[in-house]
Amino acid sequence: MRWFSIVLLLILAIVPPVAFITGHAFWMDLFTRLVVLAIAAVALNLILGYGGLVSFGHAAYLGLGAYAVGIPVYHATYGGFDSIASYNGFVHLGIAIAVSAVYALVTGAISLRTRGVNFIMITMAFGQMIFYAIVSLETYGGDDGLTIDVRSEFPGINLDNPLALYGLCYGSLVLVLYLVYRISNSRFGLTLQGARSNEERMRAIGVDCYRYRLTAYVISGVICGYAGFLLGNFTTFISPEMMDWTRSGEIMFMVILGGATYLCGPVIGALVFILLEHLLSEITVYWHLPFGLLLIASVLFLRGGLAGALSNPPWFRKDRSSALASDTSTAASGTATKAPTRADDDV
Amino acid sequence: MDSILFIQLLNGLQLGILLFLLSAGLTLTFGIMDFVNLAHGSFYMLGAFFCASLTLATGSFWLGALLALPLTAIAGFVVEKLVIQHLYRRDHLEHVLATFGLILCIDTLTHLYWGPEGIAVPLPAVLNGQIELFEGVVFPTFRLLIIGTGCIVALGLYLLVNHTRVGMLIRAGASNRTMVSALGIDIKALFSAVFALGATLAGVAGMLIAPITEASIGMGNDIIITTFVVIIIGGIGSMKGAFLAALLIGMIDTIGRSFLDDFFKVLMSSEAAETAAPAVSAMLIYILMAIVLAVRPQGLFPPSSR
Amino acid sequence: MKKLITALSAASMLTAPALFAADEVKIGFVTTLTTGAASIGKDQENAVNLALEHIGASMGGKPVKLIMADDGFKPELGKQATDKLVKQDDVDFVAGYIWSHVLLASRKSVLDAGKFLISANAGPSPVAGKLCHENFFSTSWQNDQTPMAMGETLNQQGVKSLYVMAPNYAAGKDMVAGVERTFKGEIVGKDLTKWGKDAQLDFSAELAKAKASGAEGIFVFYPGKAGPAFIKQYEQAGLQDSLPLYTVFTVDSLSLPKLQAGGMKGVLGSQMTQFWSPDLDIPANKKFVDDFRAKHGSYPSFYAAQAYDAIQLIKSAVDAVDGDLSDMDGMRAAMEKADFPSVRGEFSYGNNHMPIQNFYSRTVVEDADGNWTTTIDATVFENHQDVYAGECSL
Repeated sequence: MRWFSIVLLLILAIVPPVAFITGHAFWMDLFTRLVVLAIAAVALNLILGYGGLVSFGHAAYLGLGAYAVGIPVYHATYGGFDSIASYNGFVHLGIAIAVSAVYALVTGAISLRTRGVNFIMITMAFGQMIFYAIVSLETYGGDDGLTIDVRSEFPGINLDNPLALYGLCYGSLVLVLYLVYRISNSRFGLTLQGARSNEERMRAIGVDCYRYRLTAYVISGVICGYAGFLLGNFTTFISPEMMDWTRSGEIMFMVILGGATYLCGPVIGALVFILLEHLLSEITVYWHLPFGLLLIASVLFLRGGLAGALSNPPWFRKDRSSALASDTSTAASGTATKAPTRADDDV
Repeated sequence: MDSILFIQLLNGLQLGILLFLLSAGLTLTFGIMDFVNLAHGSFYMLGAFFCASLTLATGSFWLGALLALPLTAIAGFVVEKLVIQHLYRRDHLEHVLATFGLILCIDTLTHLYWGPEGIAVPLPAVLNGQIELFEGVVFPTFRLLIIGTGCIVALGLYLLVNHTRVGMLIRAGASNRTMVSALGIDIKALFSAVFALGATLAGVAGMLIAPITEASIGMGNDIIITTFVVIIIGGIGSMKGAFLAALLIGMIDTIGRSFLDDFFKVLMSSEAAETAAPAVSAMLIYILMAIVLAVRPQGLFPPSSR
Repeated sequence: MKKLITALSAASMLTAPALFAADEVKIGFVTTLTTGAASIGKDQENAVNLALEHIGASMGGKPVKLIMADDGFKPELGKQATDKLVKQDDVDFVAGYIWSHVLLASRKSVLDAGKFLISANAGPSPVAGKLCHENFFSTSWQNDQTPMAMGETLNQQGVKSLYVMAPNYAAGKDMVAGVERTFKGEIVGKDLTKWGKDAQLDFSAELAKAKASGAEGIFVFYPGKAGPAFIKQYEQAGLQDSLPLYTVFTVDSLSLPKLQAGGMKGVLGSQMTQFWSPDLDIPANKKFVDDFRAKHGSYPSFYAAQAYDAIQLIKSAVDAVDGDLSDMDGMRAAMEKADFPSVRGEFSYGNNHMPIQNFYSRTVVEDADGNWTTTIDATVFENHQDVYAGECSL
């Protein structure tokens, strides 16, 4: 798995710039989107894979991050709201992170009181609320979205250059992966994983799981908001559609498809998801059919996602089917992911 | 004003009944099999399409709906056998992923078979008019039929769940799954039957809405999230909860759409109210769900023991 | 890393294929081919293919290559499809766009790449005003124009009070603004309903309000599948006698056969305004409508008419420069003349490249063969220009 991850990151480092230089700008676009969504998926995996918290509302952060670019640029271009009107990338970044953190703190504090499916639904509910809130902001285009006329300005780096933008996104991905790796192996990360597998035991040894979870939730939200900041700069167009529940679902699928609890799982998931989506839609407008079949097949036949299959190929695996009763009762106790937890050799 | 309030309450009731038909099946599969079925709305759509094309073919809405019932049940049964059955032992995440795949497949197959247009369903003249309930209150006949059908189905489900052997198993399954299977019940057959029943109920909802809107692709995805909101608020696995929460959501949604802008106009400028009211009325049910979950995570009317 | 990039770019210079002058005219057409709105896209696709058939699939002596792309009814997907057309397929023209929000999301991708953008339906106010562009042309209308014509029609008919309903998105708000701009009576109630993916299709609450308002008419804008849904409920609520129906972009050749199959007689006699009608007595239109009907068995919708015109407009440009696709100025000048056999008859372009054209009031009737269609009653506006042209700096 370790070697595979390194190869994967090398491919992501080399292929898109080469494609761009040889005149395939579209592939560069595709990979930029892929890398940005991979960051969001890695962020989600921090709480989903390691924390067992299935957030169905993570697209909200993508939207918040993107609007943190769009709204200041809008005011800098068309006037009004001088306090936030700016083209400065650091201002955008600051707003994106601050807003995501506050939103994560508030919604997390409430959501984390619930468990399992209820947690899925309450995070979705908050996502929908922010979706409709943005829809009602007519100044910023409401339902129709907002075109970002000018990308965030940073000294020494011009994001209008697709190579530079990709470099920033790719660098961010590597950094975020490293961050999540460090977190998952820190005392904090291990406590979080402990709380996932056995909350009572953690409580018995005096750990306040709620606080650990909330912290992880906020970190995850901030990283995802940062991905939104990149996404806004990449697409130069943002709409509430970005934060719809189906988008939250897509990020979730990338995580599960790739393999939750594997550090690089979400990256694999994003890669396969985006490439499949693109290639199948090239072939037919009815690409949803083969895509849907593949999704079902991946769930039926790949346990632990693609990363799980890579490190533990299905043809070597013994059939681990156990009694229905014992299995369903674990499922009922929460939405603990059943993939193995081996953070140490996942890199 | 009184008569319009009354009509809006009836409208809310009708929406609530429709949501109940959808959520009954969902809460059963969720409560008994612990299965999260995002594709539940697809049966709603299939029911509508079956009913629409059979109505056009036979020339009678009654016949079309009658024939569509077993077809929807069979569709539910087949999907359960092919895909769902193999997923019961997985966790919720995998349910969501696989059933999302199912939605994509069923939507595309529907598109390929029926075309993208959607089908309007002609109603017999008896149902197409209005009835004057009393002085000044005129209500579309068909919407009354929806309310009536829903009440009959609700009563039927009540009898089924509380007064039959199958119902006993369903109740037992909802409160303690492990025990039911330990007692040597053919849990596989029970699961298949419950799933097909749920699919049929969703199909009935589709048949009832098709003459009002139309059978169209993606109609199930539009309503599935609202249905989830209903069963979460009602308490997962609880039929009574689904019924009451569906009525509550139906009322809140309708009343919000009808009176929120007037209410807002008292508080703010009429221009701001026009912008805020649609957004807030769309948010209302999610706000309600978040409050319920935060204060009472098990839902308002959870099944007696879980 | 820098070294690597330099080396790579050097290598690519050696290997990259030389760019030949294109020997075909590539047209990308973005429309909705999936979801419930796919019937509109299908209608446009049929019209585009008919137009290509009529011109022998050749423009300025070059063969035409058409690439259809699906926007999935979402701005984000529409923009991605547009990016692909521009960057990967390297098309010369991007046309299509049913939805205002998809057009607004995609316009920058096309215009920044220095290509022509032809809207075959969407006409949101920004692209006619502040965001107008020399390479943007429309073969439809600005959103406000059609409802403005409707407001004028209502005045002429002496309607004093009106109830207004539209979906809550850009075009919906434009339509409401349009009718408010010209209608002199009182607007006694207004509902903007939920739109988008989980659009509201059950209008029971709103119809009850409309009925209680005592208005003399109801004005609605419900494109796509919401249109038939609205009309059925309007009829089921028994409003056709007490609350006459006035629509824009709601009743069209796509919904009428469905309404007829569903026996929704309530729509007969309802009025609408539009820049075009299938019965418009112009040779180009006769040919278009007759051939379309012969081929597909149904009347073309206005979406189809606009798509047909988009291809004809592009042809007029490519013909004018004899197929020299690098002559952007020449093609632009040719298009500005609007010198092609449009199905709407003669029209001209304003400074913002929006058509200056007639608007007609139409009524839904049964034609000689028993099919439901629309006929023209009167010309409401002659050579009408949109109100945003003044904001355009061109």
